[in-house]
Amino acid sequence: MIKLDSVSKKFPNGTYGLKNIDLGVEKGEFVFLVGPTGSGKTTVFKLLIRETLASEGTVVVNNWNLTKLPRDKIPHFRKSVGMIFQDLKLLFDRTVLENIALPLEISGINQKEARRKVEDALEKVNLLTHREKFPIQLSGGELQRVAIARALVLSPDIILADEATGNLDVATSWEITNLLLDINKQGTTVLMATHNMDIVKNIGKRVVELDKGSLTNDTKEKIKKQDLQSEEEKKTVDSRDSLKNKTELEKAEEPSKKKEEKKK
Amino acid sequence: MIATKTMWKNVRRSPYQAAAAILIMTLTFLAVSFFTFLVLGSSKIINYFESKPQVTAFFRNEAKQAEMDALKKEIESTGKVSSVKFLSKDQALEIYKDQNKDDPLLLDLVTADILPASLEISTYKIDDLSFSSDLLKKSPIVQEVIFQKDVVATLSSWTNAIRQVGISLIVILSLASIFIMMTIIGMKISQKKEDIEIMTLIGASRWHIRWPFIFEGIFYGVFGAIIGWTIATVGLIYASPFLSTFLKGVPLFPVPLIFYGELLALEIIFAITLGAVASYLAVLRYLK
Repeated sequence: MIKLDSVSKKFPNGTYGLKNIDLGVEKGEFVFLVGPTGSGKTTVFKLLIRETLASEGTVVVNNWNLTKLPRDKIPHFRKSVGMIFQDLKLLFDRTVLENIALPLEISGINQKEARRKVEDALEKVNLLTHREKFPIQLSGGELQRVAIARALVLSPDIILADEATGNLDVATSWEITNLLLDINKQGTTVLMATHNMDIVKNIGKRVVELDKGSLTNDTKEKIKKQDLQSEEEKKTVDSRDSLKNKTELEKAEEPSKKKEEKKK
Repeated sequence: MIATKTMWKNVRRSPYQAAAAILIMTLTFLAVSFFTFLVLGSSKIINYFESKPQVTAFFRNEAKQAEMDALKKEIESTGKVSSVKFLSKDQALEIYKDQNKDDPLLLDLVTADILPASLEISTYKIDDLSFSSDLLKKSPIVQEVIFQKDVVATLSSWTNAIRQVGISLIVILSLASIFIMMTIIGMKISQKKEDIEIMTLIGASRWHIRWPFIFEGIFYGVFGAIIGWTIATVGLIYASPFLSTFLKGVPLFPVPLIFYGELLALEIIFAITLGAVASYLAVLRYLK
């Protein structure tokens, strides 16, 4: 779904934003991208929506090779990815409904269909009653949900959330994360950058850590092992349960068997 | 549909800029309409004078009818004249009587004998007047040649001057319109820079962003053209009675309605071109 192969990004002043990054995200995965400010998280997102080009290496998203993507194909590619920006990038002179409808308007979807999709997205993020409000009338969490709804409205295969919980209180951060987890449960791949380590630790999803442009930690293998372990544990519990059930069944059947034998 | 909706929103959100753009377009198309009326009107006046007998040749008294007929045929055979009319002494007297019917003294003094027979000649082109005149002067039976070359030449040079001034003014105003529209649309693009960036990031194509600005330029052009044309047309209709009295005899008025319609259609086509060019240049310059 997402593949960064030996990717480096060198800025015009000669410094490196990213150094030799290898990262793969599979379909349906939920991945946290963590790291201190300036570690390269936003650069990764910029590469993933082809806002900038990698200086070295290959970036593939949703089967689009972004390294070789011609300029005129960029809009087509961007419509296949849902992006939640760090600064939200909402249009403040448009209502919630108009902001969410923007990707549909750009894709040329007819008004009736667009209206239905916007209603669906509003329902998912629980903003149906705010549809006619302007962004200035909403709270931080509500604004974040508008941004999520806009990213969701075209039903993309991938959601890229750059600091989706930044500047939010703990409760709202959890609310937004749970919303993204629900979206992920429906099959959408989610890559979420965050500073909130409480959320990262408690959810137990894969974590990719960046520091000074280098990938310092990836819990992919650990998660795989955990998954395998939990699968084995589940199997053991299942077989134990079935064995237990069998024994209980046999015990229950024993008196009737004895009666039959006596009759004989 | 979406592009026109966005365009309309852009126009409504900055009414002063829209008014400035419409005003310069109105001025341009007012000039276009005014000079079109002036150039076409003066051309019609020249045509009128050209179609009148421009060269008159008076025959000597001793000229015989056969000689005069031969000269008439010779003039006709050049192919440069649109009409040749022979006026006998008697016909000349009839015209004289008609022109001086209110002055019996003058009528008593003149008889057919003292009035010469004549040929009234019109040419297709003003330049051919001299040719006809020279040909007639060479003939021994012609006593005198009179032609309205000077009147037509003066009118012609005035028409040319009006045409040149008109074209220059229209070119200057069109260029001014393009630059002013470019600046206005450029300002609008700068104001919407953030919106444009957001739309680009969520997948808007280049043309999806460009079309509303180009439609906006076309809208200003067409709106300005309609206002300019309306002012000029109403002005001309209002002035028609005075002008027709002043230009008595010249078949210029009333101006047919179809002419106004055709002019409006042409101006709208020109306005669309002007608006589209100006806004496209602005888009190229400010929307990289």
